[in-house]
Amino acid sequence: MAIEVRIPTILRSYTGGAKSVQGSGDTLDELLSNLDAEHGGLRDRLVDGENLRRFVNVYLNDEDVRFLGGLKTPVGDGDTVTVLPAVAGGAS
Amino acid sequence: MLTISSDIRAKIIEHARKDHPDEACGVIAGPAGSDRPVRFIPMQNAERSPTFYRFDSQEQLKVWREMDDRDEEPVVIYHSHTATEAYPSRTDISYAQEPQAHYVLVSTRDESETEFRSYRIVDGEVTEEPVTFTE
Repeated sequence: MAIEVRIPTILRSYTGGAKSVQGSGDTLDELLSNLDAEHGGLRDRLVDGENLRRFVNVYLNDEDVRFLGGLKTPVGDGDTVTVLPAVAGGAS
Repeated sequence: MLTISSDIRAKIIEHARKDHPDEACGVIAGPAGSDRPVRFIPMQNAERSPTFYRFDSQEQLKVWREMDDRDEEPVVIYHSHTATEAYPSRTDISYAQEPQAHYVLVSTRDESETEFRSYRIVDGEVTEEPVTFTE
């Protein structure tokens, strides 16, 4: 079972420069743990405790997983997960 | 150094003035590796706030995919401060995750004059850079 995960420039140091990697799992949580076995440290850049870090956006196909179920979002064969750095800031 | 057209500068300032007193934000895309900001993409500030901005995540996905398809990258990421100077705040620095991008800040605190400044933000370190405007 393979799920494609697209990695942004800032995190490609964890994937040997690769723009996308393959992983498996039944939920986003499992997928990220699976990826971490080969790309050590990647999960920690995306997850803080039980939640996704606020500095990243993670999408399952076309949907922000924050609106689906966060780390508990079910994933499956043929899905594409996209990681983007959140763009935010401000005067305060 | 950032080199950008006067036309795009005018569009960024127009966007910032229009959204004032809320912060405005957006991207100028350019061919990957070229360091040339050519395609102006105003973004929604999902926070609609005078002190914070965040790209709407769905809009960002669409725009980032479009850039990918066109072999572009975000050459400039801009936003406005509406009551303070055009200098990166601690929040700006903590979120800055595009080391190849020029972070442009404009300040609309003065009604007639708009500050327009550019920075590199890499690993939490801010470096202001000169800006050259072309025709």
